[in-house]
Parts: sequence; C-alpha cells; structure tokens
Amino acid sequence: MRIASQPTYAEKVPINYLNAEHGLKSWLLTVDHKRIAILYLLSVTAFFLVGGLFALLIRLELLTPQGDLVRSDVYNRLFTMHGIVMIFFFLIPSIPAVLGNFIIPIMLGARDLAFPKLNLLSWYLYMIGGILTLYAVLAGGVGTGWTFYTPYSTVYSNSHVMVTAIGVFITGFSSILTGLNFIVTTHTMRAPGLTWSRMPLFMWSLYATSLIQVLGTPVLAIAILLVGIERLWGVGIFNPALGGDPVLFQHLFWFYSHPAVYIMVLPAFGVISELIQNFSKKRIFGYKFVAGASVAIAVYGFLVWGHHMFTTTQSVYAGMIFSFLSFFIAIPSAIKVFNWTATLYQGSISYQTPMLYAIGFIGLFVIGGLTGLYLATMGVDIHVHDTYFVVAHFHFIMVGGSVLAYLGGIHYWWPKISGKMYPDGWGRFSALVVFVGFNLTFLPQFILGYLGMPRRYHAYPEEFWVLNVFSTAGASILGVGYFLPLVYLIWSWFYGPEAPANPWQARGLEWQVPSPPPTTNFPAPPLVTQETYEYSLEEAEVV
Amino acid sequence: MNELPLFPPQASTMSAEVDNLFFYITAVAAFFTVAIYICLGVFAVLYRRRDPRFVPRPILGSTILETTWSVVPLGLAMVMFGWGAKLYYDQYTPPENAHEIFVIGKQWMWKTQHPSGQREINELHVPVGRPIKLTMATQDVIHSFYIPAFRIKRDVIPGTYTSMWFTATKPGRYRLFCAEYCGTSHSGMIGWVTVMEPGDFENWLSGGASESMAQSGEKLFSQYGCASCHSNDQPGRCPPFRGVYGSTQQLTDGRRILADDAYIRESILNPQAKIVAGYQPIMPTYQGQISEEDLLRLLAYIKSIGQRPQPASEGIAEGPARGTMGATPAPREATTNPQAPTKTGRPPR
Amino acid sequence: MSETLTHSQHGTSPLQHQFDDLGQQWHANTIGMWLFLATEILFFGGLFVSYLVYRSTYPEAFAEASRHMDVLAGTVNTAVLIGSSLMMALAVQSAQLGANKLVQRFTLLTMFLGTVFLVIKVWEYYHKYTEQLIPGANFAYEGAMRHQVEMLFVFYFVMTGMHALHMFIGLGLLTYILILARRNAFSREYFFPAEVVGLYWHFVDLVWIFLFPLLYLIGAHYQGPVHK
Repeated sequence: MRIASQPTYAEKVPINYLNAEHGLKSWLLTVDHKRIAILYLLSVTAFFLVGGLFALLIRLELLTPQGDLVRSDVYNRLFTMHGIVMIFFFLIPSIPAVLGNFIIPIMLGARDLAFPKLNLLSWYLYMIGGILTLYAVLAGGVGTGWTFYTPYSTVYSNSHVMVTAIGVFITGFSSILTGLNFIVTTHTMRAPGLTWSRMPLFMWSLYATSLIQVLGTPVLAIAILLVGIERLWGVGIFNPALGGDPVLFQHLFWFYSHPAVYIMVLPAFGVISELIQNFSKKRIFGYKFVAGASVAIAVYGFLVWGHHMFTTTQSVYAGMIFSFLSFFIAIPSAIKVFNWTATLYQGSISYQTPMLYAIGFIGLFVIGGLTGLYLATMGVDIHVHDTYFVVAHFHFIMVGGSVLAYLGGIHYWWPKISGKMYPDGWGRFSALVVFVGFNLTFLPQFILGYLGMPRRYHAYPEEFWVLNVFSTAGASILGVGYFLPLVYLIWSWFYGPEAPANPWQARGLEWQVPSPPPTTNFPAPPLVTQETYEYSLEEAEVV
Repeated sequence: MNELPLFPPQASTMSAEVDNLFFYITAVAAFFTVAIYICLGVFAVLYRRRDPRFVPRPILGSTILETTWSVVPLGLAMVMFGWGAKLYYDQYTPPENAHEIFVIGKQWMWKTQHPSGQREINELHVPVGRPIKLTMATQDVIHSFYIPAFRIKRDVIPGTYTSMWFTATKPGRYRLFCAEYCGTSHSGMIGWVTVMEPGDFENWLSGGASESMAQSGEKLFSQYGCASCHSNDQPGRCPPFRGVYGSTQQLTDGRRILADDAYIRESILNPQAKIVAGYQPIMPTYQGQISEEDLLRLLAYIKSIGQRPQPASEGIAEGPARGTMGATPAPREATTNPQAPTKTGRPPR
Repeated sequence: MSETLTHSQHGTSPLQHQFDDLGQQWHANTIGMWLFLATEILFFGGLFVSYLVYRSTYPEAFAEASRHMDVLAGTVNTAVLIGSSLMMALAVQSAQLGANKLVQRFTLLTMFLGTVFLVIKVWEYYHKYTEQLIPGANFAYEGAMRHQVEMLFVFYFVMTGMHALHMFIGLGLLTYILILARRNAFSREYFFPAEVVGLYWHFVDLVWIFLFPLLYLIGAHYQGPVHK
C-alpha cells in the first residue's frame, strides 16, 4: 500500500499535499481531496467576487430612487445573476466543498473520501455549470429572478434562460455527488474508535447537509428540466394558457429551495460549533442536542416549503399546516444558539480572528432566525412577503450566518490548509469591519420591508430614500471587509510564517497531522480513544 | 430626501390587527435577542482567557435546560401560529356583503374596473368604512397586488381568479405596488389607492362610465355569439344562465359543483372540462380569443342575472343593479383624479 | 457489516487506495448506489407528482390521450424488462460465485433484452411521429381539450425519454461488467461492481413498472366517476 512510502513526521522538509507534485496537470487531474478543496476554494472565491460585483452595482443603483445608473432590464439581470451566482455557485458549495472536502477525511482519520474520482467529477460538473452561467452573463444575462417563476421564465422572458437553466441543472449534479460522497464517507471511512457519538459536530452538520443535497436537488433538477422543455418546445406544463399550473412549479421549486437554505446554513452551524468549543477550550454544552438538531433541521426542512406561497392560490388550510411546521423548525435552531451560548459559560475564551467571526455569527443569526418568525406567521407574512423584510431576513441567515461562518472556518483551518499563519490583527480588524458593514447594510432593510418597499425594484418611491442610502453605505463598508481577508490571506500564502501542526491547541484528528498535511493524511489509520472535545487531556495528547 | 418614515400608516381594519401581532412577535424576538446578547457579553468578559494553561471544567449539558429552552419558545411560537392563522383566514375570507371591484394586472400596469363601469389605470378609488372585495386576474405573468397601508397583498395568477378584501378606515392616498417580480418595468407597476368619504365616493362614481360592467357584458354576450346558443331562460342545446351563478350544478360525471367565478371562467375558456348534466360537449373553446377584461365583464353579466340574494341596503351600484347607472353622460375612461381628497393621506408627489 | 469480508490477497488487487479492505470498499459502493437511487427516486418522483396533479385535474383529457398508447408494445416491453431483470439477477449471482463465464453470458442476455426494449420504444416513438402526436413539434390532435391532451404526451415523452436515457446509461455500465468478466475479475471476494450495477438496473426496470400502468393502462379504461 502507498502509506508505507509516505514520509514520517520526523523528516526535515516534509512532503505535503502541496509540494508532492507539480504542474497544472497534477492539479487538474488530482483525486486528492485536499487539492480538490483548493480547486473549489479558488473557484468559489472567483464566483463570490462576481456575485459581489453584482451586489455592489445593485446597491449603487438603489442609492437614488430614480433608477438612473442602469436600465431596468440591466438591473433585473443584476439581481437575478447575483442570486444565482451567490446561491448555486458560492453559498451551496462554499463550506461543504471547500472546508468539508479538505477537513472531512482528516477529521475522520481517513486517507481520502470514499469516491475520490467522483469528487473530482463534482468539481468539473460545478465548473461546467459555472462557465455556462458565466457565458449567460456575458451574453447578456438572465432576468427571471433566481426563482425562475413560470410563466415569466418560460414564455415571457427574452433573456438567456436556457443556458442558465442548464448551468444550474449541471451544477445540481455536482452538489448531489458531493453530498453522496460525504454520506458514504461518514458511514464507511471513520477511524476505528470514532463512533457516531464521538464524531465532531462539523461532521454531523455536513452529514445532515448532504442528506438534503442528495434528496432535494433532484427535484430542482426536474423542475428546471420541465421549465427548459416548456420554454424550448412551447408546450404546456406550467403555462396556464396551455392548461398548466404556474403554482405547481413553485411547489417543485421550493421543495428544493427551502431545504437549500439549510444546505447553506447547516454547514455554518458545524463550523461555529467547532470554533466556539476550541476558542473557549470547552466541550459543547449538550452535544447530543446540537448534533440531533442538525438532523432534525434536515428532516423538518423538507416539510415547510409551502410557507413561500402564502399569497398564492395555495389553500388556506394547506398554508396553515406549512405555517405550523415552520414554527417547529425554529426550535432546533434555537437549541443550537442556546447551547453555543451556554458553552461559553465558565470557559476560557480567547478572541482570535475565527472566534470573532463565531461570536458575530451568533449575534447575527439570532436576528436572522427570529425575523423568520414574522415570515412563518401567516397574518404578518401577507404584509411583508416579497418586500425588503424578506431580503433582510435571508441575508442575515446567508451572509450574516453562512458567509461569516465560512470566513471564520477559513481563518480557523487556514494554517492547516496553507501551512502558513496570517496576521491575526488584520484578521480581527476585518472581522469587525464585516460586522459593522453588514448591520448597516441590512438592518435598515427590515424597516424598509415593513414600510412596504417591494423587492426587485429598480426604482422606488422617495420616502424609502434615506434608509436605502444607509444600506448602500453599509454595503461599501462590507465590501472593504471582504476585500481585506482576500489580500492578507493571499499574502500569507506566500510570505506568512510557517504554521505549526496545531496553532490553536485544538482537538480533533485534523490537528494531529502536519500543516499542510501529507497526501495520504495519516501514516497509518489513527485509533480514536476519546471523545473529540476532551480539552482537559490536551497536554498529554499533543504529538 | 427629507423624510424618514419608520412605520407605515394604518388605513384599514386589518392594519392594526397585523401590527398588534407584529408587536407581539417583536416583543418575543427582542426578549430573546437581548437575553442572548447579555449572556454573550457577560460571558465574553467574565470568562476571557486569563491563563493560557487553564483548562475549564467541561459541562456536558442539562436535559432540564434543553427542555425548557425548547418548550417555552415553542409555546410562544404557537401563539404566533394561532394568531397569525386566524388573521390569515380573515384576510383571505371576504365578507358576504363586500362591494366587488375587478382588477387586471398586465405588464406593467394595474387596470381596475368598478361594477358600474368606471375604469382606472394604476388607481383605485374606494369608499371608507365599506368592505371591498377585489377579484383579480392577470393577462400575462404573475403579479401581486399590494397595499402596504392596508397590510394586505395577494398574488394574481394567470389562468385563475384570486381575490382579496379590505375595509379602508382613513381617507387619503396610499401606495399601491406590484410585489411579485414581473419583468422589465416591475418597479413601474405602482399606483395609488384613494380612500374617500362615502359621499365623495358617490360623487366620484356618478361622474362615471356610460355603462355598467354587466351591461358591457351583455353586449359582449351577443358579440361573441354566446346568445346564438345560450338563452337566458329557455333550456335549448345549451344551459340557460338565469340563476346559474351561485347555484349548485350537477355535472355529467355525477359531481356537483358550485357555479362560482372560477367555474364560469373555466366554462368559457375550457368548456369541455365540466359539462352540466343533460347537455352535450359541443361548445368550442374561447381560450386565447377573449381578453381577461372581457371575461370579467361577461362574468359580471352572468353574475347580474345570477341567484345572488339582493341585499337590501345597496348604496352604490352593484352588479345586479343593471341600468341604474346608464343615464350618466360622457364616458370617463381611466382616470387619475387629481381632485381626490388628500386631507389625511400622504401628499401625492 | 464491513467485517464480513477480509483483505484481498490476490495479485492485481481491485482495492482502491482510500480503503483499508475490500469489505470497506464493498460497503461504500453499496451505500453509494443506494443513495444514488434515492436521488433518482426523488428525480422521477418530481415527474410522477406533476403527472398525478395534472391527471387529477384533467382526467378526461388524460384518458383520451392514453387511448393513443400502444398497449401491446407496452406489455411486450414490460415482459422484456422483467426478463432482463431476471438475467441481471442471475449475472449478479454468478459474479458472487466467481463464475466469470456465466457472468458474461447473463450480462449479454440482459443487454440484449435491454436493447430489444429500446428498439420497441423507438418504434413506438416513430409511430407517435407518424400519427403526429409529438408535442411542440408536430402535434396534430384537434379534439376538445387539445392542450390538455398534448400535456399528457409531454409527460409521456419526458418520462419514457428519461427512462430510456437511464437504460442507455445502464447498457454502458453493463458493458463495463462484461469487460470485467472477460478479464476474470469477479471472485467470491470481489463481486460488488456487478451487484451495484444490478441495483441500478433493477431500479430502472422498477421505474418502468410504474410508468407502464400510469401511461398506458389506467387512462384507457377511464369511464369518469360513476354516472348517477
């Protein structure tokens, strides 16, 4: 077996996954999960910049009420592409495909994922989907909203719906295969002694995420396929003029797209659980509840899609059931927040960059989660549905939640990934900038929403002006906050000081291999004898 | 850029109810937010790392605490559910005596028509204190009729009718939006709802159209050739219409259904779908040959000769009151009425 | 479960580098295929649900449309597929016994029956074309409820087309099994490629078992609700 030929830890210049092979081909044809993670890291970052550029242009347009920066058609394409790029090409793959890919096998004590070639195939599918979508952008963009609502998308829109739909369809398969790979890996590749109840919480949340990816994404695929067929051949599936029902599309779409919210936020929960424990040096309060909450969210997530459709022709009683179930899904999220907070109690809390992101995450997720209550409450949702209230709510979850957790996770595992340390001062500063910028951007949007400003408006009445100016100002601060890590992380990759194997004195198998890890991770399968978060044993255990 | 409203005006009976629920949720949310922020803040200071070698004592968890912080929030949330569901039911269940106005959404304008025939574009005039039911259709894509000051919105979905209702409480002019993204000029699909005192509204109506919707519908009834087959009273090859609307019909396949807006609509566009017992499926389809506006007028006509009990206190022209408005001069198509009262509302800009 | 099999000892080990032993590899591949089938169920599930929604909305139109289906061809195809499933099961069993010659024979039979199915399907499609019942392209049906009838044909072509696509992929996978068997790769320790492909093939057959009655049979005998 190949393990025997791996260098031992004692060697002076250890061979690691980065310097084991060279050349473009060694990257593009790699089946090493760590290298694939780097491929994903580069590509999701590129897509984040593209999506961010769209966001910037949207906010600039909304700086004045008149709609004077770009034409309305261009604006419509901007927010559509912002949504599609950010959701399908950044948020969904971000934590699972970058951090998960890199960390999961090491966390489990495995040499790789169960299906390394499939993993590489996932990346290629993702890139093909992404390039098709970027082609659609360059060709003039698509203006249906990321939701592709029929009959607008199938009959009326004259933008590049087909290419984008195919791009999203293909990327969906990337997501399915990644999820499948993670589930199988979790089931079959755990090191001896790493029982389910000892598994790191990051694993639990990615496991739950993967369940949704495997079970939800195919329904989106079929919905998009039907949209494509209807649009291409002009037959009736959702088009009411030909006997179709446009609301059926919404059902199919949200059957995936509501759980997709949890695809985006569950991995974030996992990252935060790791960060909170490590930087307070304290085992999580209520491990089973936190782990179970992830799975509960994944299951409940499939039962609440109808709460996106309270204002449609969905029956009043069906709406009530969806509303009722939606409140139940609030509970596992609440449990997580309470447990994280309780974990800090009597801890030994240090405020390095990842921890600042983690605390920022809790602060913002509390608001994001609680504002979900307004939307689950039918009587109030009628008023705020499709307004900026919704926009603010899901940005609190996805940006305040997922993106902050992603940044926290990147900062936490960066020494492991790159083998270099970044300047912590800059890290803390940019975390603060992100937090301030984010709040200034999105808090005013709650007020705008309750005042009644509808979303997806290119121009708006003047009474909404002042709050929009705040929001745009916040967005520019937020932009700076995102730009800083990009600079100092790239700098540290080339010039940063060497990172030790375990810079945070953290627990977990990934900190017991060198930074950066060798290609096969472990010289021999490790034996796990304790729970993951036994900080008290730390001194004795460090290799 | 000289105004900074923080709360929308309350102008319908529903506004205060929605706001009360909103305040309840806000109170609950604020309580938890503050509680968690205080805990975070206190812990962050008290338990900051002083000695890097110090390893805190692990606390495994507490089932009692977990149960408490699951059950208590769930209880509070169930109140939201029940309260919200009741409001929702009320919001989408118009009272029997509601005054009906018809709305058509199209890219990118709102067309409204009163039963007495007045038509407006991106405007809607309604009296204060009277329940108004909007029956809505769209000619193209999905739109959503939204009046923030009334806290009410409803999607308008192609291929079907949707409805919403409200009772305005304060005269004034209020924003009207399209809330569902509908293409290029989505943000231009906005307008005003003008709430008037009943007397003013009567005046406004009387300056109205030459014929009521039902009258137009009656004309269309002959234009589209319906009359060649359907007579109002005599059963022939086709079912007669008098008394049909609002009655229960027996179909050939044995089902019994209520002849409501949706049924009338389907029977015109897709006549083969539900055939009344005793008749042959011989009617051709009108799908694609009749506009949503004409459909609504035909509907108004069929309603006007329907089974509806005549309410005793018909103040303003209602569907059944055929011909009463016929004498008014000069048709007034579409109108923005600059003289509309703006006493209490936001000034138009 | 992973302990049921031990390290493979033979020279050209099929053991992949990320696994410790063949048992683990078998376990991973089996779970992987079951998960993939779960994905497939949801994929076809979306289609089935859409079909059912419209069928309940337009029962007469869907009944009318399904009278244009060739029930005989459908029945023959059902029999052909069930036969191919049997051959597949025999191929898997042969692989488990390490009988590579038998694996080849049964795999070829499975592929043959699969191809027969596809040929009959293409023949059916061709007839739909000559009868001008291809939605969007040449749909010449001019009865009442034309659009609703057309919609059933949309579902017919999408569902059977997706199914046929899966059959094609299945034939590709079977070719791979055939190559493995020719190389005498299967043994009592290493047989799971055949098993995993077998799972896939049975699943594709099962989809047809649902498609056949839904598209061909229940509509043809629809009389409407009982006449009072």
